[in-house]
Amino acid sequence: MKTTKMLLGCALFAVGLGMSQAYAQTTLRMTWYSDGNEGEVMTDLLRRFEEQNKDIKVVLDQVPFKAINENLPVQLAAGQGPDLARVADLGGVARYMLDLRPHLKDPAYFETNFGPFLEWMRLPGDSSSIPGYMTQLTLTGPFVNKTLFEQANVQMPGPKATWEEWATAAKNVAAKVQAPFPIAIDRSGHRFFSLAITQGAKLFDDKGEPAVVDEGFKRGAQLVFDWHKNGVMSKELWGSVAGSAYRGANDEFKNAQVVLYESGSWQIGQFDKTIGDAFDWVAVPTPCGPANCSGMPGGAALVGIKTTQHPKEVARLIEYLASENVAAEFYERSLFVPGHLGLAKKGLEYKSASPQGKAALKVFSEGVSQLSPVANKLQGYVHNRVIFNAVISRLGQAIAGESSLDEAYKRIEADVQQQIAERTKK
Amino acid sequence: MPYIFLLPNLLFFGLFVFVPIAINFVYSITGGPALFPSDRPYVGAGQYTYLFECGSYVDPSTCREDHFWRGVYNTLFFTFFQVATMVGLSLLTAIVLNMKIRGRGFFRAVYFFPVLLSPVVVALIWKWILQRDGLLNAAITGLGSDRILFLAEPGWAMFWAIFVSVWAHMGFYTLILLAGLQAIPSDIYEAAEMDATPRWRVFWRLTLPLLWPNLIVVVVLSLIRAVQTFDEVFVLTGGGPGTSTLMVVQYIYETAFSNQVQNFGLAAAASLVLGIVLFALTLAQLAFTQRKSS
Repeated sequence: MKTTKMLLGCALFAVGLGMSQAYAQTTLRMTWYSDGNEGEVMTDLLRRFEEQNKDIKVVLDQVPFKAINENLPVQLAAGQGPDLARVADLGGVARYMLDLRPHLKDPAYFETNFGPFLEWMRLPGDSSSIPGYMTQLTLTGPFVNKTLFEQANVQMPGPKATWEEWATAAKNVAAKVQAPFPIAIDRSGHRFFSLAITQGAKLFDDKGEPAVVDEGFKRGAQLVFDWHKNGVMSKELWGSVAGSAYRGANDEFKNAQVVLYESGSWQIGQFDKTIGDAFDWVAVPTPCGPANCSGMPGGAALVGIKTTQHPKEVARLIEYLASENVAAEFYERSLFVPGHLGLAKKGLEYKSASPQGKAALKVFSEGVSQLSPVANKLQGYVHNRVIFNAVISRLGQAIAGESSLDEAYKRIEADVQQQIAERTKK
Repeated sequence: MPYIFLLPNLLFFGLFVFVPIAINFVYSITGGPALFPSDRPYVGAGQYTYLFECGSYVDPSTCREDHFWRGVYNTLFFTFFQVATMVGLSLLTAIVLNMKIRGRGFFRAVYFFPVLLSPVVVALIWKWILQRDGLLNAAITGLGSDRILFLAEPGWAMFWAIFVSVWAHMGFYTLILLAGLQAIPSDIYEAAEMDATPRWRVFWRLTLPLLWPNLIVVVVLSLIRAVQTFDEVFVLTGGGPGTSTLMVVQYIYETAFSNQVQNFGLAAAASLVLGIVLFALTLAQLAFTQRKSS
């Protein structure tokens, strides 16, 4: 009886101790979206972080990408945001980001390894804040269904081939193997500009103000417009929806319906996992235009949010996740191009990737050196999404037959001007 | 005393209807990206002026905010054809289901079943049927014809938007009309039969006039719902191709929440304009009903 009472007492004490510890815990909420398996990888890393930091509990709220772009900004504007969030529109939500610098043990580590990308997270005039770190660096580029080329007995264009050469080859293949999409380009501003910049689009005037429609831009728009007319592209992506809605063709590519799919490095993980050995696919360097062979950089960052009640804990968590070993594990297991300069220099071992996945990662990593200064400037421009949205919406209307390209150009200029004015109204 | 009993309902109604309308109005006379009204600069009638700035109101491409006007014209087109088709088919179905036919209970259930489905589910089902590799194209190619991109051609997209909307809601209006038909005393029909009145005359002179109050309700309810239409068309076509099925409510939603620059002021102005149209429709319904009952 005495032993039972003692055991009961000990158990109650242990429960009480546990409860008091739980009570002292700080809970951080992290809003997260995934393109592939990175949510699972992050869950593992957070579990490890919690084991080492018993006073912090992290709740990972996994949401669709659309919610990050559409719902999160409203939440943030209302002051009801999470403590941390993984965001892709870095300039758009920069005003809600927390400057972690006062709470970081080693801010220089962030400057050294994420320096150029931190610029993308800062508001104009700010040259020192550290809101977070890059969970991935992305680069737009094409994926090609190699098996379809082999079945059609058509030679794949070489590494310096132009967009027009790829279009001719892809149409030839599609005709022979009855593929419905010779070329598919995501309905996205990033993807369109990776084409337009190769055609010589400059986007900004001498003062650094947006001047979107120039000769290079028009050449890019004309190509996309003509490809819809002559069957190289199907209206199902660019012409099928209104406004700035995103449409991708990843499912069509996975179903071997697309010959060349212009998307980006974030697709590697899911293609590697889902296509398996159904067919051979390769990533190829961005096709060239008269100006260059540049893709568009982009990426996602995990950032602290200004309204958090726990800035120190947020900084501790970001410091842990951005540390070299942890970040390396995250990039390697998620099959991402690293957004960490030190790791990019050292190189990563993508152990879980298939040979196709590894080859694709190599192509995209090499593409970083081909980036045009215009592409980097556009990615760092705080209102870049305004430009992207105007272009998608108006070009989509022209492709659907609602307006001419000239009318679309005028509307793009007017939309960009009006929306930037609205955004900066005080 | 009666006001005390009305008070709880009035409070509830005021809090969830009048207060949001007032807040909406405040947003419509302010601008900028800030969410809280106190942080938003006053712009007066600027949002309304912007919305109504047009070279010609019959040509949306001459309007400064052409998407709003495209939404207005698409909504008008959709409303006209959807309501006409819906009322016609509902009436026809109600008359048939009121007859003594075999399996009448089963057919009544079949026509009502789509009403129970969520609009998003309805749109997704039809999207799967209508897409490139959908059921309908499988049937078409199976018969040796070329596949049709139903949701990528403007004419087809609007046709299917109307069709799907009618399919989903017809059961509800059929039920209202069926109830009206069953409320007509049978002795009137018996008297007409004894007089050997032709069936078409019975329909025009007896059924239709006696069903008129129910028909008015059906027309006004379907009209209000058609003007408000959003979810089904948004999921089915996304407002495309281009802007050929973009409705006013989708325009408001995208302007406020989906665009990069979340323009709450412009969206609030557009929603107030829509609110005034809906209010006018409701008044028309009240006027019709009162005239009939008096």
